Amino acid sequence: MARFTPDNLELAHEIISRYPRKKSAVIPLLHLGQEQDGYVTNEAMEHIAELTEVTAAEVIGTCTFYEMFKTHPVGKYVINVCTNISCQLNGGEELLEHLEETLDIRSGGTTADGMFTIEDYECLAACTEAPCMQVNYRYFHRISNDEVDGVLSDIRSGKLADTIPEHGVLQRVRQTIPAGKLAGIAPPETVVDAPVWMARNEPILAARAAAKAAEEAAAANKATEATEANEKGDA
Amino acid sequence: MATNAYVPHAAGYVDNEGPKIVSSRFVHDDAFLLERSLATGGYEGLKKALTMAPVEVHDIVRDAVLLGRGGAGFPAGIKWGFCPPGKWPMYLVVNGDESEPGTYKDRLLMEMDPHQLIEGCLIACYALGLSQCFLYVRGEMALAQERIAHALNEAYEANLVGKNILGTDFSVDVVLHWGAGAYIVGEETALIESLEGERGMPRLKPPFFPAAIGLYGQPTIVNNVETLSNLPWIMVNGADEYKKYGSETSPGTRLFAISGHVKRPGVYEAEQGTTTFRDLIYGDNFCQGMKGDDELKMFIPGGASAPWFFPEQVDLPLEARPVGAAGSMLGSGAIVIMDESTDAVKACLRVVRFFARESCGKCTPCREGTTWEETLLRRIYDGHGRPGDLEMLLDIADNISPGPYPGAAWEEQGVEAIPFPPKQTTICPLGPSSVAPITSALRRFRDEFEAKIPQRTSIPVSAS
Repeated sequence: MARFTPDNLELAHEIISRYPRKKSAVIPLLHLGQEQDGYVTNEAMEHIAELTEVTAAEVIGTCTFYEMFKTHPVGKYVINVCTNISCQLNGGEELLEHLEETLDIRSGGTTADGMFTIEDYECLAACTEAPCMQVNYRYFHRISNDEVDGVLSDIRSGKLADTIPEHGVLQRVRQTIPAGKLAGIAPPETVVDAPVWMARNEPILAARAAAKAAEEAAAANKATEATEANEKGDA
Repeated sequence: MATNAYVPHAAGYVDNEGPKIVSSRFVHDDAFLLERSLATGGYEGLKKALTMAPVEVHDIVRDAVLLGRGGAGFPAGIKWGFCPPGKWPMYLVVNGDESEPGTYKDRLLMEMDPHQLIEGCLIACYALGLSQCFLYVRGEMALAQERIAHALNEAYEANLVGKNILGTDFSVDVVLHWGAGAYIVGEETALIESLEGERGMPRLKPPFFPAAIGLYGQPTIVNNVETLSNLPWIMVNGADEYKKYGSETSPGTRLFAISGHVKRPGVYEAEQGTTTFRDLIYGDNFCQGMKGDDELKMFIPGGASAPWFFPEQVDLPLEARPVGAAGSMLGSGAIVIMDESTDAVKACLRVVRFFARESCGKCTPCREGTTWEETLLRRIYDGHGRPGDLEMLLDIADNISPGPYPGAAWEEQGVEAIPFPPKQTTICPLGPSSVAPITSALRRFRDEFEAKIPQRTSIPVSAS
């Protein structure tokens, strides 16, 4: 388990093909690596470097910038508790403390059985639904301490298996573009001309230019007439 | 109210009285499906746009004065006009990296009505001749990614996206891209860096803005999810109809997320300019008053980056200009309400901690400064503050954002408002944003900070 499996390799090629430059696919491929192994392995990063034609150092450089990428094994279920301002006002910190006590780990830690990791997280964009938390990036809104206990036991018993996949799986529905429907993706240096539909502007822009020219000519005429009139007046 | 069950879609939207431009389909649970979208007027805006010349579509958007909804509030039609003519290809990057604390609207738009967003993207691509669109969705929003992926698959199948859209000569690919957890990527040049597979660090601008040199060095339009979601309605109904809502300089509606100590927190679509903060907090149509009818202590009018407002400012209209003149910003429509029980030092520390954690580390004043701000606030909050800490805090803040920092007026004390925006010694506004809670809280509640700093005149020595 490390490099992409044949199925994932096929998927990786499909993802890369959607970008004008291969390096753009690095972040989606790191997600794919994390989906495969639960965290991003060094071997996966090396494989990504080969696929996107960059160095492994560049891949690890990108990988370590982003909070979601774990370079070490984490729990099967990563619980992000928001403690930012809106959640803090409505009990986010108490929720985090409750989880820490219940699971007997501090935030950032993983339970001994490898089931849960807790993270003290920044704003999750559910501010009106505070306090909120995510389990493997699936939301729980306005959640009380008692309800958290229920969620933990439901996860342990497998009741929530359908709604919450294991850590690393983000999209259970992926974008697929049928070959015949693709408009065409090309490296930027190979595109020189304007897209074809922009030709529709030509008659309008020509008409506008003509109208503007006519206006200017009219204004110029007026100015000449005025000067002539002035000159006549002077005479 | 509370629910133990996994919430299948974004909760929090309140279907109140008033015009609905972007949230009209939120009442349907299946609004994310193409079938529902088509049955409720979906893609009509695109069809209408395709009967016009691209430049005419651009004119309509310019006439509508559609202001960017990401935070800066710059008119989209004018931003579109900054692209250098004749430089191809050009790209559209959709900013769906919503992570400003207090902000909750783009996730709703992406989860509830992805087709409206896709249609908006297509209209923008058609108007400007953009070759490809990248929909950058925040990494943590798994459901939004799934819904958009599903919507795009449906749209490709129905010939609404891709090659020869609806049988015309208009062809464009819309690609779903997703981030991996970094607030700074919401800054447009950092977004482009991230989309190129790099660390998400902002680029130096000016002189070159993304409209001139953006993705792969090509002209690139970066627009917010909510901005683009307005386009289908504007195309169908026209600019004049759009301008009937809101005020002259801020037409249309906006999604406002009101969170914190209110009776009915939620996401509301409200007219800009004509609605006030008082309406939102106390109005029956909106939040229905403070939780427990407590007194309002302070509120954040536009996300964590915005300087705080106080009870005197509640009658300001929801419009960028007056809010800016009063010393803050409307930002991303995120309003956080705090009542009398709120500890100003604690709230300040939490917001500053956010910026310290999210600083990308490119500019020294921000990387070092935000960390020191957090350290000082932490020790003050923990009761280990030292004399002179408050001055040091303000000094560090001044290194990130020199000069008087924007803030609200305080008539009682004869303090005048300092208008937005702040000065900065950094490339992007993240560092200066960390100063907003500090100056706001310190100006107004200095006594609360001082009360936490131990005052000793002599070292106590035990007698025995």
